[in-house]
Amino acid sequence: MDDEPLVRWYWIGDHLGYLGGLLADHAVIALVPVLIGLLLALPLGLACARFPRLYQPLAAVFNIVYALPSLAVFVVLIPYTGLATRATVMIPLTFYALAVLLPTTVDGLRAVPEPVRQAATAMGYGPWHRLAAVELPASVPYLVAGVRVAAVSSISLASVGALVGRGGLGYLFIDGFQRTFPTPIVAGIVLIAVLALATDVVLVTARRLLAPWAVREKAVTR
Amino acid sequence: MSHSSRAGAVRRALTAATLASLSLGAAACGSSGGDPLASPSTAGAAAPAPASGSTVVVGSANFPENVLLGSIYSQALKAKGVKVEEKFNIGSREVLYGQVQNGSLTVLPEYNGALLGYLDAKSTAASKEEVNAALAKTLPASLGILDSSPAEDKDSLTVSQETADKFGLKSVSDLAPQAANFVIGGPPEFKSRREAQFKDVYGLTFKEWKPTGETTANAIKDGTIQVGNVFTTDPKILQLKLVPLADPKNVFGAQNVTPLVNKAGVDATATAALNAVSAKLDTAGLTALMKRVAIDKEDPSVVAKDWLKSNGLG
Amino acid sequence: MNWLSWLSDFIGSPDRRSGPDSILNRIAEHLALSAEALFYASLLAIPLGLLIGYTGRGVTFVTATAGATRALPTLGLVTLAVLLAGVGDTAVLLPLVALAAPPLLVAAVEGVRDTDPDVRDAARGVGMTHRQVLLGVCLPSALPALLAGLRTATVQVIATATVAAYVGLGGLGRYVIDGLATRDYAVTVGGALLVVLLAVAAQLFFALLARYALPPGIRAQRRPD
Repeated sequence: MDDEPLVRWYWIGDHLGYLGGLLADHAVIALVPVLIGLLLALPLGLACARFPRLYQPLAAVFNIVYALPSLAVFVVLIPYTGLATRATVMIPLTFYALAVLLPTTVDGLRAVPEPVRQAATAMGYGPWHRLAAVELPASVPYLVAGVRVAAVSSISLASVGALVGRGGLGYLFIDGFQRTFPTPIVAGIVLIAVLALATDVVLVTARRLLAPWAVREKAVTR
Repeated sequence: MSHSSRAGAVRRALTAATLASLSLGAAACGSSGGDPLASPSTAGAAAPAPASGSTVVVGSANFPENVLLGSIYSQALKAKGVKVEEKFNIGSREVLYGQVQNGSLTVLPEYNGALLGYLDAKSTAASKEEVNAALAKTLPASLGILDSSPAEDKDSLTVSQETADKFGLKSVSDLAPQAANFVIGGPPEFKSRREAQFKDVYGLTFKEWKPTGETTANAIKDGTIQVGNVFTTDPKILQLKLVPLADPKNVFGAQNVTPLVNKAGVDATATAALNAVSAKLDTAGLTALMKRVAIDKEDPSVVAKDWLKSNGLG
Repeated sequence: MNWLSWLSDFIGSPDRRSGPDSILNRIAEHLALSAEALFYASLLAIPLGLLIGYTGRGVTFVTATAGATRALPTLGLVTLAVLLAGVGDTAVLLPLVALAAPPLLVAAVEGVRDTDPDVRDAARGVGMTHRQVLLGVCLPSALPALLAGLRTATVQVIATATVAAYVGLGGLGRYVIDGLATRDYAVTVGGALLVVLLAVAAQLFFALLARYALPPGIRAQRRPD
């Protein structure tokens, strides 16, 4: 690369509004699927905790989903969801998030020690009351750990959507690559890292508020 | 450094998605009948149906020159009060053509020769008029092309300014007396595809052939070769002061920048706006714009706006 | 949609049997690239992780940053590396190593830290040096965790190595990207399917490894998950 500098600072200064717009688009494309994934993971996780036989096949399916190359999935979806639309990127991201969140939800729900569960029942808690007052709160550390992983991965994966016309900050990568222009690429990497960090801080704060008793983070296997 | 602004329109049909285009040559074209993008019915649910007076969706393929052209089209339309949506940098002709057909895209900047080559690989049309006449016949009824601009992005035989001045070279025909002393270079496929044609059509036999690939423009500049196969809108032509020679006998077929439209989506206003762009856009102008985009790293939309303004279209 | 006919088109094409675009060659390229990335990542992450886990220093830092590195967008790293270093394996290896190293690091740290403290104390008590305890006691008991980390890293690397094709390199991503470029869905879907098969095969391989290759004492000690 002849004498192109790594960063042309004036370009960043001239494009603040543009970068802000891409950042906002990226946040929506990457994080809404995680939210939807969480909403789907809770009932699915409950079902799996209740009927353990369901869990093995579901886990196997999501293992495969997780290995699907995102680009290929985006491409295959185009005929159904349209070219360069958010849905083309957000639907697969929802499934990737679900693939991370389902196991953590199940782990979280199973984490309540049997004596505690029985004690709650003995105190007259019905199944729904027990779920809301005991099992869900106990699984918060697991859920937050899962959401952190899912959110950060989703933020990274969303950029691949740029190859099918809708990848938020990912557009900076293909634009910079095509024009032999590293500045937008560097800006994109930094902004994605910033978005991931900000999301992570929010989630850690949320865990402190929701589950102040949980000291050590639960490890996520993915 | 390789980048796509140098890839020619014909080759783009094969190489668009991988800009480095190292090993794509082998990829098979011609997909089978079960292709979902080809059938409008499957996409109909998600794609807004085109209708007169509604939003015009301008698309562009995934290389900077096409994004620039898309931006010129889109801003020219906006200037005439047309509602426009932009979908830029999203794939190759193979993907985008189907999207114009099903109405997801209304306008796409195309290159007439490459488009014809995609639709009818056997066509022998070479001049702008022949190509456009053949296209008019080949395109399905729902699609059409508007006026072609004089601007072309295609292969050319190019020499340095010094060589051109010294031997008075303007067109490929002028090379005849000097060819035996000149070394010619270009992408590897030039030898197999073009060398014989230049001998048959122009009677040119060069001293030596060197496969200079991506470095062809620099090789002309430093004198490693005297003649090279360079694309006509390559900004290096300006940067290194090179002169593309005219090709009056059309060995390299016409590649005029031409809007491909879904007829149902463009009204008289939109058609007039795009034809006005084509009337003003020429190869030297496009190359100058490409220099600003690819070398000065200016935004395609800014460069497009400047051009429209200075031509009284913006 | 005729997925089966796509697949038979894909597999039936003579290009898939021999030459650079053959399935065997693309799988070999893909595996070579993935293996190379995993090798460098292991070389970097496992010793470091063992040390951090054993000394307990920097554990918080590792768990905090390892998560954040997942955010690094491979497409951005690959394109930047190609602009800076030119098209070549290095340009793609770097991002893949960055992808594979964090799960390995975390696995090594957690594996060592989860060693039964009584066992560790006993080992010190019988006069083993720190080095002997780390390599002779903690490392073996960290093996299941390490294998799980390696499994995660492998699946991610195999799925992500697809992106290498965008900048002109080989591997199964060529099918995905070239199929997209030429609107040849048979090729894109075939390529995607091969990536999945490869990833699933890798998971199976590691599952078998964990089951049969670990020393019996360690297998028994595996935490239920």
